[in-house]
Amino acid sequence: MGLSGIEIFKKLPKTNCGKCGVPTCLAFAMKLAAGQAELDACPDIPDDVKEEIGEASAPPVRSIVIGTGDRAVKLGGETVLFRHEKRFENPPAFTLLLSDNMDETKIAARLKKFNDIVYERVGLVLRPGLVAIKAESGDASKFGALVEKVCNETDAGLVLMNEDTDALSQAAGSCSSRKPLLYAANKDNFESMGNLAKELSCPLAVKGSNLEELSEVSEKLIAKGLKDLVLDSGARTAKQALEDQIIIRRSALLKKFKPFGFPTIVFPCEMADNLMKETMIACQMTAKYGGVIVMSEIEGHSVFPLLLASMNIFTDPQRPMAVDQKIYEIGAANETSPVLITGNFSLTYFIVSGEVDSSRVPSYLLIKDTEGLSVLTAWAAGKFAADTVATFVKKSGIEEKVKHRKLVIPGYLATISGELEEELPDWEILIGPREASHLPAYLKQWKI
Amino acid sequence: MTFEIPKVSYTGKIREIPLGREGKTVIVGGESCYPFHLFEGEMPNPPKIAMEVYDSEPEDWPETAIEPFADVIKEPAAWARKCVDTYGAEMIALQLAGTDPNDKDLSADEAAKITKEVSDAVDVPMIVLGCSNVEKDTDVLKAVCEVCDGRNLIIGPVAEGNYRAIGATAIGYKHTVVASTPIDINLAKQLNILLGNLNVPDEKIIIDPSTGALGYGLEYCYSVMERIRMAALIQEDERLQFPIISNLAREVWKTKEVKVPESEAPLLGDIKKRGILIEALTAQCVLFAGADILVMRHPEAISLVKESIKDLMTGK
Repeated sequence: MGLSGIEIFKKLPKTNCGKCGVPTCLAFAMKLAAGQAELDACPDIPDDVKEEIGEASAPPVRSIVIGTGDRAVKLGGETVLFRHEKRFENPPAFTLLLSDNMDETKIAARLKKFNDIVYERVGLVLRPGLVAIKAESGDASKFGALVEKVCNETDAGLVLMNEDTDALSQAAGSCSSRKPLLYAANKDNFESMGNLAKELSCPLAVKGSNLEELSEVSEKLIAKGLKDLVLDSGARTAKQALEDQIIIRRSALLKKFKPFGFPTIVFPCEMADNLMKETMIACQMTAKYGGVIVMSEIEGHSVFPLLLASMNIFTDPQRPMAVDQKIYEIGAANETSPVLITGNFSLTYFIVSGEVDSSRVPSYLLIKDTEGLSVLTAWAAGKFAADTVATFVKKSGIEEKVKHRKLVIPGYLATISGELEEELPDWEILIGPREASHLPAYLKQWKI
Repeated sequence: MTFEIPKVSYTGKIREIPLGREGKTVIVGGESCYPFHLFEGEMPNPPKIAMEVYDSEPEDWPETAIEPFADVIKEPAAWARKCVDTYGAEMIALQLAGTDPNDKDLSADEAAKITKEVSDAVDVPMIVLGCSNVEKDTDVLKAVCEVCDGRNLIIGPVAEGNYRAIGATAIGYKHTVVASTPIDINLAKQLNILLGNLNVPDEKIIIDPSTGALGYGLEYCYSVMERIRMAALIQEDERLQFPIISNLAREVWKTKEVKVPESEAPLLGDIKKRGILIEALTAQCVLFAGADILVMRHPEAISLVKESIKDLMTGK
């Protein structure tokens, strides 16, 4: 990583205008250096200076965007080898592979599933990222027709796979405004592919049969002036792919080796003969540095676990995930159902709601905003103090939902019960179990 | 510009720990590199999978997890035999969940009797895990140690609150202990130091830094395992140079997502394959973080993980 905050500050306008959202240029420079702000937030930097700062402070793995609009997929931008060192920036794009040899009903069904699948979890939208269209028929018009069909039926970003530059040019020409990834330049076609990618301003995949060849072709493309590359090392076994991904990432980060300073594309679809095994390999790539992860099929039962894995691995370790402060209804809760309260650390929420759910006792779970802190930490930091809990309980609207006035608090917070009873004189404060796993037994005995 | 492979130089090594009774031992640990980084170090003993057996019939499992064991689910010894004979289990993990005072509250004697029966039924290494209640586990695991004298069970969880009592008994009857701490590298190290002070031999310690399921806090455990491995291999922190166990199945199979039928959540797909993949992917993640022993449940998830380990070791 390049420039320090002070070095960046010297190049800023020093007007302290505040238009970037930060009061002073120095503060903005510090944020830029820490990767917490975007250069574009400053309206007054001349373009050449912007480019200079951008280049110098660019992460060792370049950020690449495939696709446009809200379905644009951003990859790369990584600065560390292990998530705890800072954080991983951009989760991989699980990508559906379609071939121009597939029959139409199969294509329609797979594309529909791809489009339908979207999950929401702790305020994040999780969905498969891209559609890859592969030329296997040898017929340029068939390939072009499939590209057009997919363009019409999804807003997602595309990967166009055809190593014949002319055929790729025909198909990509009509959809270049959607910034598809062109796949792939190799040691034989890199001149024409490089020209095409430049002409269409699209990102370009580079394929080598091994790391050596990949670095050579990548270097030649960089020399041609291409900036947005995606790397395929040619590995098609789990072991080799792991080794290559690690070497690519380490070379970029530790050696500043430019030819490997890009996100990668990997093909579990070519490494297994069934979707279950393919999913295991895709999970490996999620943990170890895959960018575009191409799958032969996208099924709910395969992509949902993968999206959970990528969400977990790409969570910022310095910022706890939190859920919204509100009343969560678990099961068909009614006016006689138990009322429990806890903090909004996402893990607390998932575990407590899961245990309440498995108790089969319909309940109201009040989630208080503790800024993502777990119960004890929140209490120690004053985020779960009796007065703020009481204010939340009164304002939450729970008093209209239940006719009783019994509130179950976490067992670890027994100490606040007296104070809480003073703050909430209408309520009886019950001390719940210390561990969430004891909630089912507790709730089964709960009486109004 | 030619590139050279940037290799990590490892200065430490994970201890090799022999598990199980004499003549039938399985060795875990021994790594001199990060997980599966075979281009720069060695993994002489690939990770092993222990199949779960419960002391009494589980009540909250989804049908998809019960199905492979439906014929033996009431008899722990038969269950263990099925794991070994039918599913090729490399180890057994007996979960004494029924000893939980909030559950069936089985007595220490009952638990010891069941453990002995299971231990007599199979000869693979056996992990015996209590209910994570500090006082109850002390009584139960002491009784377990006694009835299986000399069989080198792997017993746990041995925690800050009961390591003295259980550790001393384990030394007496020559068992291995699972040192359990809640997702914190410093606590993990501290407990290993305490066990050392108590004279638990270094070749009798496995560490359990806690495990969460996919989507349920896995990332915390993942990073703690990675950091433990880094400290052991790069910073030569010898109180962390122990194999890691991940008790993952019970975390996975209590989540909502393995239980909700496709009819209620069509976008989540087939319920059986989903449960298998959530378990297998949780395992895959902890393998890449550094786990040496995985405690798993579904035979098909286990097959997937075994195949993955084989592929990563051999390059097929």
